Amino acid sequence: MKAAAFDYRSAGSVAEAVALLAEGETRVLAGGQSLGPSMNLRLARPQRLVDVKRVAELRDVAADDAVCRLGAGWTHAEIEDGAMADFSQGMLAQVAHGIAYRAVRNRGTLGGSLAHADPAADWVNTVVALGGTLVVQGPSGQRRVASEDFMLGAFTTALSGDEVLVAVELPRLGAQARWGYHKLCRKTGEFAKAIGVAVLDPGSGLARVLAGAVEGKPVTLPQTAERLREGGPAAALALLPEEAEARLAHLAPNERALRVVAVRRAIEAMAEG
Amino acid sequence: MDGMDQHGPAVAGDGIGARLRRKEDARLLAGRGQYVSDIRIAGMRDVAFLRSPVAHARILSRRKPEGAEVFFLDDLAGVKPIITRSAIPGYKLSEWPVMAADRVRYVGEVVAMCLADSRAAAEDLCEQVEVEYEELTPITSCAAGRAPGAPLLHEHWGDNLFLQTSFDSGIAPVIESAPVKVELELSCARQTMHPMEGKGVVAWWDHRAGQLVVHSSTQVPHVIRAGLAEVLGIPQAMLRVAPPDIGGGFGYKCQLQPEEIGVAWLALTRKAAFRWVEDRREHLVAGANARQHHYKLTAYADTRGRLLGLDAEVSVDTGAYSVWPFTAVLEAAQAGGNLPGPYDFRAYRCKVFSVATNKPPFAPYRGVARPGVCFAIELTIDAIARAVGREAADVRAENLVPGAAMPYVNVTNKHYDSGDYPASLATVREMIGLDAFRAGPKRDAKGRYLGIGFATYTEQSAHGTKVFATWGLPLVPGHDQAHVKLTPDGALEVKAGIPTIGQGLETTLAQVAHEMLGVPIGDIRVTLGDTATTPFSTGAYASRGMVMAGGAVARAAEVVAGRVKAIAAHLLQAEAKDVVFRDGRIHAGAASVSYADIGTAWYIRPEQLPEGVDTGGLEATEGYKPETDNGVFSFASHAAKVAVDAETGHVEILDYCIAEDCGRMVNPMIVEGQTYGGAAQGVGSALFEESPYDEAGQPLASTLVDYLLPGPAELPRFRIRHTETLSPHTAHGIKGVGEGGAIAPAGAIVNAINDALSPLGALLSDIPASPERVLAAVARARA
Repeated sequence: MKAAAFDYRSAGSVAEAVALLAEGETRVLAGGQSLGPSMNLRLARPQRLVDVKRVAELRDVAADDAVCRLGAGWTHAEIEDGAMADFSQGMLAQVAHGIAYRAVRNRGTLGGSLAHADPAADWVNTVVALGGTLVVQGPSGQRRVASEDFMLGAFTTALSGDEVLVAVELPRLGAQARWGYHKLCRKTGEFAKAIGVAVLDPGSGLARVLAGAVEGKPVTLPQTAERLREGGPAAALALLPEEAEARLAHLAPNERALRVVAVRRAIEAMAEG
Repeated sequence: MDGMDQHGPAVAGDGIGARLRRKEDARLLAGRGQYVSDIRIAGMRDVAFLRSPVAHARILSRRKPEGAEVFFLDDLAGVKPIITRSAIPGYKLSEWPVMAADRVRYVGEVVAMCLADSRAAAEDLCEQVEVEYEELTPITSCAAGRAPGAPLLHEHWGDNLFLQTSFDSGIAPVIESAPVKVELELSCARQTMHPMEGKGVVAWWDHRAGQLVVHSSTQVPHVIRAGLAEVLGIPQAMLRVAPPDIGGGFGYKCQLQPEEIGVAWLALTRKAAFRWVEDRREHLVAGANARQHHYKLTAYADTRGRLLGLDAEVSVDTGAYSVWPFTAVLEAAQAGGNLPGPYDFRAYRCKVFSVATNKPPFAPYRGVARPGVCFAIELTIDAIARAVGREAADVRAENLVPGAAMPYVNVTNKHYDSGDYPASLATVREMIGLDAFRAGPKRDAKGRYLGIGFATYTEQSAHGTKVFATWGLPLVPGHDQAHVKLTPDGALEVKAGIPTIGQGLETTLAQVAHEMLGVPIGDIRVTLGDTATTPFSTGAYASRGMVMAGGAVARAAEVVAGRVKAIAAHLLQAEAKDVVFRDGRIHAGAASVSYADIGTAWYIRPEQLPEGVDTGGLEATEGYKPETDNGVFSFASHAAKVAVDAETGHVEILDYCIAEDCGRMVNPMIVEGQTYGGAAQGVGSALFEESPYDEAGQPLASTLVDYLLPGPAELPRFRIRHTETLSPHTAHGIKGVGEGGAIAPAGAIVNAINDALSPLGALLSDIPASPERVLAAVARARA
């Protein structure tokens, strides 16, 4: 399949991209590893693409003791390779390493993946698991959206048609922090069937547990996380099935069981790590 | 290659048996191969095909966009449908139109051909064609097709069976007397074959030659020439089929294709150049055409597990039409004939149903039915072992045809020519470490269940005239031919009609020629497949190339060798019988001449030639087929060790061992390459690959996101050991090896999974053994 005809523009700045989006019938090209195949299958038929590959400000990195702000234009491969100083105790590099194949990672971007909002995508689940904040720019300037409010459902986000995802703010994990990330894939590089994430930072008190690849937005498990903070992995594991049953009630029992396995293994990996 | 067992015999030099690097890799591995989509011809235009979005429907109306170059069947004046005849009694003919006009029978069937200056523009045209369908009830399974009162795909048949056959050696006494009875019901998923390069065709009109030239990605160029000429209604002399490099075949490119016909018709009627290259989506939708079998088996044994008889019913989900030339029933014939496998038993009853369904027409895929029947018989052997409470490897060994029984004619009249099957099983049993494993833990540190499984098979290769004639094909292969010519400067040109599809024939045929004629391997140039420049071959399929084309090259080279020796003897003033080829020169006693000296004498300085020189010169075309052409049987045993995660259903292959024997190996490295590739496809069948359909006949795996192929990370390090039991029937004792690797993995792996899950009592019966199927089996066992 070949894509239907479309126009292509390359933006030099976020403002330029936003202006082009505001003219309508335009979509952002931010690596194209999902949009490209969709267009070739003619499932997506944008009249115009605005490519943000060359927008320098999407590659800004700013960090303080508590928060790191990472531009949305970084590729998975750059994150995997440690192109910016690590603030996540190796978590982002490891998650990036597990995304698809290197050829996809060379082009696909953090922001592109988040804006595409595939429920099984790694960044979608990682950013929520870390309780991050997304920075979005539209015609009237920038706004910040909590990660749990950004994804509305499968392939839908809080972005409006004239907004560009600019950056992601993530908490700096301290030296004592532990994390576990487990995904169930039939083969290397496939989208996950189930994702489990657990993060615990005794220094900041951050404790998060998440079940991902759940057909819609990721589901956080705050009670399990609280147990994790208070009583450690064993206590968290004891509560996990009960909370999962309540919060993943929309899934069939066998589907729910796979998410529980993924979360449990993430917590166990954290305990071992 | 480190870490792999390799015990290939080391043969010095560059001839038969040498572990020689492939000549063709200089271009293929550097990205300089030339495939159909690399061909550029001035003015060439692109074709896209509009395909049916529904599985079964009447076409009520079709409308073209105004002024566009869109073609319906009615526009292809004089083009005949694809009708594949067979001599088998009871076989029913299907008419496969090049494009559907009044009825569609599967999703992906071609309805219109759209022509534009680019593929994208041609696809735009496809979107503008209006077709009105009245949907009919689709047949999406063998059971549905065989059900009384089922809707009919081809009304005049009266049922949905291309063919129903039955065989009974006389099983009744065994049924009455056998102490052990085991019943199984097994399924193999429909698969899509995955060459690296899909189908594709460029066709143009050669004004100078007055020929239609078709560059098709095909395994069978000389055969396609006959098929295209027949369907287009032109003489074969007006048609040249010239395949470029081919990125794998596997059977997918072994048939006359509607797209090939459409594009050739354009070039023929418009005297210009046209191209169609299949994309992965149309490949996965219109090409889901392999492997789908259903088995109902009852095995009878004694209390030690000795197989006494097998009662089988096999259904093949054959799709909507018969492919040309291998028919809709080759799969069924192979299934019924090969189900007994390498086992020694004399009571066999088998009914085979080739059921027409609303799916793409079934095609022979690497192994042709044998991966399915090997899976079926190997699970049966393990089931018998469970029933009698013995180690499956022991029961298997005792049931195999013993080496002392060779040659052995089995219950379906297969002539096993040579080999020690139990020894190959013993080899992989030792390699995989079964006895130590049985003494050790059954679960690993992660809590996964561990198991070992085995499968042994025979691979009937190089089936000859007699076998194909029995199957009643429209075109029965006879002698394969090759042409060998010494050039004036002493190099050698080898030409054969079999195409190169990635199997290394440019190297192995050169090795054969070198063996016979002594010309340095680097001076041998092999040209394959082009009907304008090569002698006839039915092509590259059925593990026949090395035996058939190799035999033809050997014979032609032998003829030329005799003439070279006669001229050399004259130049060296020696007797021809004293002339030998050694170290790239031609010797008699202490004196020698070069091949260039011989070439010079024949072509340039004929005054040097002896009186009465053979006027055939330094070139010869010869044909070859084995005198006994029942096919020669390669064989192998595979052993798999797996870890099964009973919580997620994931299976990891921890170790995989192969003991194989394909007679004389022309190039052990290429034998290993064929085996790795085949085994990888077998792992795909065992664990990953599936083209499911919903109840409406819609294919559910139309991209590689949904159709999973094993990648490097999913494949084990295959460990191979070779033995060489020479065939008594073929030149140099060579047997075929192209398909074998793909045959055994599903049997070995699923037996290993069932072994692993035996503490839970869970049993898998369907492939691929996906996580869902593994979890379902565990849940069934717990219920």
